[in-house]
Amino acid sequence: MLNLFEVIETNNMIEHERLDVRTITMGISLLDCCDSDIDTLNEKIYNKITTYAADLVSTGEAIARDFGVPIVNKRISVTPIGLVGGCACKSPEDFVTIARTLDKAAHKVGVNFIGGYSALVSKGMTTADENLIRSIPQALACTKRVCSSVNVGSTRTGLNMDGVRLMGEIVLATAQATKEQDSLGCAKLVVFCNAPDDNPFMAGAFHGVTEADAIINVGVSGPGVVKVALEKVRGENFEVLCETIKRTAFKITRVGQLVAQEASRRLGVPFGIIDLSLAPTPAVGDSVAEILEEIGLEAVGAPGTTAALAMLNDQVKKGGVMASSYVGGLSGAFIPVSEDQGMIDAVNTGALTLEKLEAMTCVCSVGLDMIAIPGDTPSSTIAGIIADEAAIGMINQKTTAIRVIPVIGKNVGDTVEFGGLLGYAPVMPVNRFSCEKFVNRGGRIPAPIHSFKN
Amino acid sequence: MNKVIITVVGKDTVGIIAKVCTYLSENNVNVLDISQTIVQEYFNMMMIADINKASVPFEEIYTRLGEIGEEIGVKIHCQREEIFTKMHRI
Repeated sequence: MLNLFEVIETNNMIEHERLDVRTITMGISLLDCCDSDIDTLNEKIYNKITTYAADLVSTGEAIARDFGVPIVNKRISVTPIGLVGGCACKSPEDFVTIARTLDKAAHKVGVNFIGGYSALVSKGMTTADENLIRSIPQALACTKRVCSSVNVGSTRTGLNMDGVRLMGEIVLATAQATKEQDSLGCAKLVVFCNAPDDNPFMAGAFHGVTEADAIINVGVSGPGVVKVALEKVRGENFEVLCETIKRTAFKITRVGQLVAQEASRRLGVPFGIIDLSLAPTPAVGDSVAEILEEIGLEAVGAPGTTAALAMLNDQVKKGGVMASSYVGGLSGAFIPVSEDQGMIDAVNTGALTLEKLEAMTCVCSVGLDMIAIPGDTPSSTIAGIIADEAAIGMINQKTTAIRVIPVIGKNVGDTVEFGGLLGYAPVMPVNRFSCEKFVNRGGRIPAPIHSFKN
Repeated sequence: MNKVIITVVGKDTVGIIAKVCTYLSENNVNVLDISQTIVQEYFNMMMIADINKASVPFEEIYTRLGEIGEEIGVKIHCQREEIFTKMHRI
C-alpha cells in the first residue's frame, strides 16, 4: 500500500516543483474532408473538428481535477493543410480561408492552439504546397491560434534547398506581416527536418498521414522536478547523476501515461504516444538551463554545455521509455530561449550565443527555438540558418527545427515580449557574413550515404 | 473499490481528523488507512478511502473537503489513487 512519503513526494512535485502535463493534443485527420469546393471544404473541416474535439477541454479539466495534476494546454493537430486543401485551393488566398476556419474551430472548442497549417516538402513542392507556404504570412497574421510548420528535409530524402530558400523569405514576410506585435507570427511558424508525425507540442504539431482518424498524444514536462532531484546529489559522480535523472524522468512520464490513458478512455479516442520532452516555461524553477547549471555549469553556454545536455537528454529518454509503452514525438529536452528564464539570463550575460545553441541542438530534441534575431537579417541568412540546422537533422537522423523571430524594427540589445508561455527574448546577434550565393543555387542536397539502408 | 487519497497539509490544530472523518462518514466514504507525520513543522496526513459506495460524486467530495480545509486553515486535497500508484509502483 502507498506510504505517506510517496504521496508527499508526488504532491510536492506538483505544488512546488511545477510538475504538470504540458499538453493533451488531439490529432484529427482531415483527409476525409477533401472537396473541390472551397466553401464545402471549410464547412467539413469546421464540423469535423468541432465534433471530434467538443469535449476535449472539459475532459482535460476533469482529469486534472481527479488526479490533482495541472494539464496546462489542450490542443489540436490536424492533417497538413497542404494535402487537405490541394484540391480546392487555387491560390494562397484560398488557403487563408482554411486558416480562418481552423482558428474559428479552435476558438469554438476552447483550445489555445491548433497545429497543422503545414506542408511536407522534404523532396519537392506541389503547387498546393507552394501556395500554402506563400499563404503563411497572411494566415498567421489574421489568426490567433493557428500554428504552421513546413518540413524541408529528411534523412531519407535530403534537403529541399528550394524549400529552404523560400522559407527564409516566408519567415521574414511573416515577421513583416505581424510587425505590430513584435513579429509574433514567427513564434507560430516552425521549419523542420525529419518532422515527426505525432508531435503533440506546438508550434510544430501536425497529424501525420500515417496516423489514425483521431488520436490522443500527450506531452509531459517537469524540468523543475529534475532540478530539485539533482540538488540532492550535488557533487556526486555521473553514475549517481544519471540514475537520479532516470528515476525522475520515469516518475514524470508515468503521470503523462496515466493522463493519456484516461483521456483516451474518456474521449473514446485511441492513445497515440507520450512525448517525453522536458519543456520549460518562463517561470522561475521550470527551466532546462537551471538543470544544466545544477549539473555543474556556471552558466548555459559554458564549455561542457553540449556534453551535459547530451547526457541529460539521453537519461530522460532512458527513464521515460520504461514508463510508457509508446513514446514518440520529439522526446528530449527543449531549449527554447524565450521560454526559459535560465536561457534568457545566459544570453543577457553573454554566456550563450547562437553558435553554441546550434551545437546544443545536435544532441537534444528539436533545434533553434524561439530565438529573436535582428529584423534586418536578410532572408538568405535566415535560409542559411535553416539549412545548417536541417543538415544537422539530416546527417544525425534526428528531428531538428528552426523557430527564429526576426523582430522588425529591433536590433541586438533590444528585448521582445511575446507574452504568456512564449515568454520574452533578448535579440541575439547573427553572423553578418553572407550565404546568399549558397542558398540561391537551387535544387536539392542529396540524401546522405547512411540513408541507403535497403 | 474506487480508492482516493485524501491529504491534509498545514499547521497542526485540534480536530482536523475528526472534521474530515465526520464529513466522510456522513457521505458513506469508507476510510481504509490513515497515516500522519510532521515534516518541516507541518502536519501531514494521508487517508486512503474508498468512495465506491459514497452517497455523493467525487467532484462534490473534492470541493467540500477543500472548503473544510479552508475553514480549519489547512490544505486538503482529494485525488484519485492512480496518480500515486502509477508514479511509485512499477
